[in-house]
Amino acid sequence: MSFNTDILLDAKGLACPMPIVKTKKEMDKIESGQVIEIHATDKGAKADLTAWAKSGGHELLGHEEENGVYIFWIKKG
Amino acid sequence: MMAIREMDAKEVTRKVMNKKELFILDVRNEDAFSDWKIEGENLTHLNVPYFDLLDGLDEIKDQLPSDKEILVVCAKEGSSIMVAEMLSDEGYEAAYLKGGMKAWSEHLEPVKVGDLADGGEMYQFVRIGKGCLSYMVVSNGEAAIIDATRMTDVFIDFADSLGVQIKHVFDTHLHADHISGGRMIAEKTGAVYWLPPKDAEEVQFSYEPLVDGNDVKIGNTTINIHPLYSPGHTIGSTSFVVDEKYLLSGDILFVDSIGRPDLAGLAEDWVGDLRETLYERYKELSDELMVLPAHFMIIDELNDDGSVGEKLGVLFAENHGLNIENEAEFRSLVTDNLPPQPNAYQEIRKTNMGKITPDEEEQREMEIGPNRCAVR
Repeated sequence: MSFNTDILLDAKGLACPMPIVKTKKEMDKIESGQVIEIHATDKGAKADLTAWAKSGGHELLGHEEENGVYIFWIKKG
Repeated sequence: MMAIREMDAKEVTRKVMNKKELFILDVRNEDAFSDWKIEGENLTHLNVPYFDLLDGLDEIKDQLPSDKEILVVCAKEGSSIMVAEMLSDEGYEAAYLKGGMKAWSEHLEPVKVGDLADGGEMYQFVRIGKGCLSYMVVSNGEAAIIDATRMTDVFIDFADSLGVQIKHVFDTHLHADHISGGRMIAEKTGAVYWLPPKDAEEVQFSYEPLVDGNDVKIGNTTINIHPLYSPGHTIGSTSFVVDEKYLLSGDILFVDSIGRPDLAGLAEDWVGDLRETLYERYKELSDELMVLPAHFMIIDELNDDGSVGEKLGVLFAENHGLNIENEAEFRSLVTDNLPPQPNAYQEIRKTNMGKITPDEEEQREMEIGPNRCAVR
């Protein structure tokens, strides 16, 4: 799975809440319609990023797991 | 800025058992909160995910108490520390749950249930966050443990503190909602590990087969533990009568509900066994026996001292599951409209059989959430 990505965030090794805190900061740098790709290792990141994207009006384009790394693509709303 | 306070699971447990008031701001996402939360009679909950609070607390300020402590809770603790600090910066009195819901799920609170005839004692270990109940029978320097959870150090340390040696470890059945600590405790202490053979056909380790009429003595004097074959929740489910006073009912009979027969996959086949156990085998026992189950489902089942248990006679009068005259209606109760199955219950069963050996972190994840072993 892959999408055209405008910005890449490496949140590997970070524990909750940092993956979302950092994602939010990076989101502030991009425009509506642009896509952020996030790499995280925190298991809670999947449910939280999904819920966060929804509550913020963003679109989770997809996600996958590769060797213990969770990759998310979120389109800014 | 006020300092934030760390509140551990033991302190929260004491508040719940003593019916104290506590305001909880649970900052997990809404799905996690609706699935499973800290329960208590006088608790007030507000659920707002931490990621909705990153820009500040303005949107929830009108829902927060300004005159009492706020306990912030999340899955592991990281987000709750962040939110507690934000609260503190705004002048609120804030604490966070040390270790988050993971610690809550693992906390065991030992409660003495009563004395035994020869001077021994019966202890119940209340796993308040998950509703699991384990037992330690102590007599004359020896101990037996029944339905131990995987927090094995708690049991071993407790036995050490009493100066007793763990001689026997039992599981009433092959558990599907939590990982048993029985085998591990037996390995660490040299105790004998007993399992009902009909539940143990696929296990990958050696054990002592627990069968009807096979009394086990604890201590020099006679604290007999009579196993009572009581199929229904699983085919091998076994109850114990201890000291002619306590009925350890496993997952067959609870204070306010009865066991579900479907977690090992055979609800239709075992519903008849369950009915026979509850309506015939248990009926023959003394009404004066104190029923000590392996679970509670709702916090209302806790007695005033924090223990869970009720006399068998009272349960025959008041427990709905013991008062269904019509067999078809009973069958329908325990096979239709069952609650959702416990998280990862198939993996938990395999772990308890020794077929898979997940690491501690994986075991924690598997056990997240409520136990859901009952039908009401």
